[in-house]
Amino acid sequence: MKKLLVSPSPHIHGKENTRNLMRDVVIALLPTVAVSIYCFGLSALKLALVGVLACVAVEYVIAKYMLKTKVTVCDYSAVITGLLLALNVPINTPWWVLVIGSIVAIGVAKMTFGGLGQNLFNPALVGRVFLLISFPVIMTDWSTPASTFGFEFDGVSGATPLGIVKEGLAQGMTLSQIYAEHNFSYAEMLFTRIGSAGEISAIALLIGFVYLLVRRVIRPHITLSIWGTVIVFSGIMWLCNPEQFTDPIFNLLTGGMLLGSIFMATDYVTSPMEPKGMIIFGMGIGIITILIREFGAYPEGISFAILIMNATVPLINMFCKPKRFGKEAK
Amino acid sequence: MKTFSIGGVHPHDSKISANAAIESFPIPEVAYISMGQHLGAPAEPIVAPGDKVKVGQLIANANGFISAPVHSSVSGTVKGIETIFDLAGNPCKAVVINVEGDEWVETIDRSEKIEKEIKLDSKEIIEKIKECGIVGLGGATFPTNVKLSPPPGKKAEFLIINGAECEPYLTSDYRVLIEMPEQVLIGAAIMMKALNVTQGFIGIEENKPEAIRVMTEKAAGYPQIKIVKLKKKYPQGGEKQLIDAVVGRKVPSMGLPIDTGAVVQNVGTALAVYEAVQKNKPLFEGIMTITGECSPQQKNYRHRVGTPLSKMIEAVGGLPEAAAKVISGGPMMGKAISNLDAPTLKGSSSILFLTEEQTKRKEESNCIRCGKCIEACPMGLEPYLLNKLAKARRMDDLEANKIYDCIECGCCQFTCPAYIPLLGTIRLAKADVMKIMRSRPKK
Amino acid sequence: MSTTIIFTVASLSILGLLLAVVLYFVAQKFKVEEDPRIDIVEAIMPGANCGGCGQAGCRAFAEACTKADNLDSLFCPVGGNATMKKVADALGFQVAEKAPMVAVVRCNGTCENRPKTNIYDGVATCAAKSALYSGDTGCRYGCVGCGDCVAVCNFGALSMDPHTGLPVVDEEKCTACGACTKACPKGIIELRNKGPKNRRVFVSCVSKDKGAVARKACKAACIGCGKCAKVCKFDAITVENNVAYIDFNKCKLCTKCVDECPTGAIHKVNFPPKPAAPAPAPAPAAEKPVENNNNQEK
Repeated sequence: MKKLLVSPSPHIHGKENTRNLMRDVVIALLPTVAVSIYCFGLSALKLALVGVLACVAVEYVIAKYMLKTKVTVCDYSAVITGLLLALNVPINTPWWVLVIGSIVAIGVAKMTFGGLGQNLFNPALVGRVFLLISFPVIMTDWSTPASTFGFEFDGVSGATPLGIVKEGLAQGMTLSQIYAEHNFSYAEMLFTRIGSAGEISAIALLIGFVYLLVRRVIRPHITLSIWGTVIVFSGIMWLCNPEQFTDPIFNLLTGGMLLGSIFMATDYVTSPMEPKGMIIFGMGIGIITILIREFGAYPEGISFAILIMNATVPLINMFCKPKRFGKEAK
Repeated sequence: MKTFSIGGVHPHDSKISANAAIESFPIPEVAYISMGQHLGAPAEPIVAPGDKVKVGQLIANANGFISAPVHSSVSGTVKGIETIFDLAGNPCKAVVINVEGDEWVETIDRSEKIEKEIKLDSKEIIEKIKECGIVGLGGATFPTNVKLSPPPGKKAEFLIINGAECEPYLTSDYRVLIEMPEQVLIGAAIMMKALNVTQGFIGIEENKPEAIRVMTEKAAGYPQIKIVKLKKKYPQGGEKQLIDAVVGRKVPSMGLPIDTGAVVQNVGTALAVYEAVQKNKPLFEGIMTITGECSPQQKNYRHRVGTPLSKMIEAVGGLPEAAAKVISGGPMMGKAISNLDAPTLKGSSSILFLTEEQTKRKEESNCIRCGKCIEACPMGLEPYLLNKLAKARRMDDLEANKIYDCIECGCCQFTCPAYIPLLGTIRLAKADVMKIMRSRPKK
Repeated sequence: MSTTIIFTVASLSILGLLLAVVLYFVAQKFKVEEDPRIDIVEAIMPGANCGGCGQAGCRAFAEACTKADNLDSLFCPVGGNATMKKVADALGFQVAEKAPMVAVVRCNGTCENRPKTNIYDGVATCAAKSALYSGDTGCRYGCVGCGDCVAVCNFGALSMDPHTGLPVVDEEKCTACGACTKACPKGIIELRNKGPKNRRVFVSCVSKDKGAVARKACKAACIGCGKCAKVCKFDAITVENNVAYIDFNKCKLCTKCVDECPTGAIHKVNFPPKPAAPAPAPAPAAEKPVENNNNQEK
């Protein structure tokens, strides 16, 4: 007689699985990767490939030969880490630096905690911050590659808008003087050519954001709460002293703000799971980022802000409970 | 359009048997009428081997307050009172009857005429429902008369008839709604009279436009009953969710529907109530869907309680080659059948065949804390956390996180991208926590 | 330069000193008076914190020992007689020796003896499986094979045998803490006397089904025929609800019942292999299982 399957309900399952969700994140990152290749040419492609391959390889080796657990590289999570890491470093970063970053990201920040789903901090950001502290010169050299698809590029070298502002202010200039000297315009911020591969095009990042929302991969709470906090918090400071503090739109569109708020802060594993918690988490990131940008030593602070808030996630999850159905019985 | 406020999922509705009209299933040669067809204490048989019984004759008495009598669904000779095995392979007592002919008890009105006038008063209606062994046919098989008698101090304000049929595949309620709309409406009116309420609602999901059309048309003659169109979302048919969807009130935690003034009854129950009160017919028949993509035929059968499931499966061409799992009820909350020889019960609503591809559990991976289970939970719980706490056996924390509110709808497990069997773990821990809570002295 | 160093060292030293003083006073203030014997007894305990004694852990047990008037109702199954002797010496009590126990799996429903009738596809715990239905074999009393007992064992004394699908007890490691007996939803595992030279005889079946039903589901089931009870000279065997049970306090290990059992449901362990028996005598019982010695426990 035929042996039937028996199990407790439910007997069917939805279409979503970890792999598809992660793949959707990779797809959402593709416009950004495409823009970076358009701007920086093959070096951007090279960086992306090195990041992805290094992360996947590190995870494979650790899972298979050190932990001797099931190898889960097929779930695209290492691919995302690799891509994000590559998008977060300057375009002229040597390949071996990126490999070191990948080893730290996957080996230290992810696999030591027990692999996918267990890590406390966003692996890509841990990798990036490790590189930033270990290789400060390489990690802040924002000069563009010498050639793009064989064309000579007008070799902008030097600093990102955030860096320029920081340096200018340190030299005692006012913001309007700095702006005048460097010809800043908002249009340029939407599609700048300075910064890491993941920072250059706000539009490509926003396309990715819309895709993630439409596919219901992420919920908008964290991202919007970061944006809202940044606008309000930096807005207040800007209104107090527009010569000293940068304006909200500038803060939103420059640096890693969009990449961080859309792709890094929303990482499932290292963000709260419930809407109220997501909003608190986002507010924390927004405030810390602006504090670092305006008062800190680094021109950019979103990586640190996300990592700091990552540490609070278990606490937020503990205290922010979803809205329960029905009132408490008396 | 109305729906419940928190959570929910959207499984594909797969109502492939929706167009199969209800057919009468042939009477079996031997009927196995189980004594445990309802929630509560099993009924006590009052017949002895060799007794002649008729269709509709009382064969077992209710045993306690939460219990229901059982009537013979066939006519013939009692072969014995035997231990049979239910669909989960657990033993239960049953009256086994060798069928001879089809002779009904004379008092049952077998005419097709629709009796509109309700002659009995509230008390008599409840007594009649109790005598006829009517139980809730939405799944829980709770004795209907108990539900229609609110506890002292509680007052019913309205009746909600559950026509949501939010489980995929099931179509028995849908067929009843479009084939016997008048009977359902009269059944609802009877229950409203029993409860002494003046407001009734019939909630139907939008994926059944034909049922909404027919019912709205017929309900014109019943000004107190309103047809409410609901958005398609699972588990809309859950009692708490349905009340929320239809009237926007929320049953308190650990509370009963009556705390919101609502009494919820299923479409099938309304039909059974109509037949009992107006036609004097006890509950010994049910409407059952036989379906599944791999099923050779899609059927909606009216069957006699006690028909072996295997007979019904044979009637559609035997167990399909591709079927890996046979389920009694819907795919979200139904029970997997391990014993196909088990008989049908009052509350049986379907036989569903699923293929291995549709139902086999995929390999579980790590929780990625995506929060989809929280988003899906219609009770606002955190299934991922309950699962973790349950594995660590932290009973106090489980209670603090309201595991007792879980309605076991399966949304969390359905939606989990890591294929974690959340409900499987939570269900067990819930039972343990409830046991601890019950053992505590009441304040 | 040197002033910086001196200043740093000095300030840190003063800070350290100050905090040490604060800590000292705080520790004095919040000192908890405890019976010092608790620490002594706790040091004797094996420290497994398994709860096999019925207390929350080793410290709770130690506390209970110091408060008790005698040690009759207290026993540490893990440490056994040796530990209890030490505890008694430390506290000035007398203890009686208790016979060592061991966990015994009373099911012989191997894949071969008890064919599967369906495939379980749910959460892989015995608790979930047995709550759902009667199980994936014809027997609803036997081992469901998901290893809840293995998971709950603190001493690594249990393991699932992949061939039989049944748990195996490692006698060396088993401390008779009883955790597995509570974890098993079917109540198959029992603590029994370890017996002289570790020799034991027990009924390896708990099926309450009637003989024919039990036999149909499992070849090695106890069918409740009562032959063993008749052959037992010591009144050690009772048959109730279609299943035999051997009282290990009465059993004298004569093993007559083992030979008598028609289904081989009675097992003997750790007996020396039988000298090649004269063939003609037990002719009809030729198919009697001979794997008794190695099947269950090693």
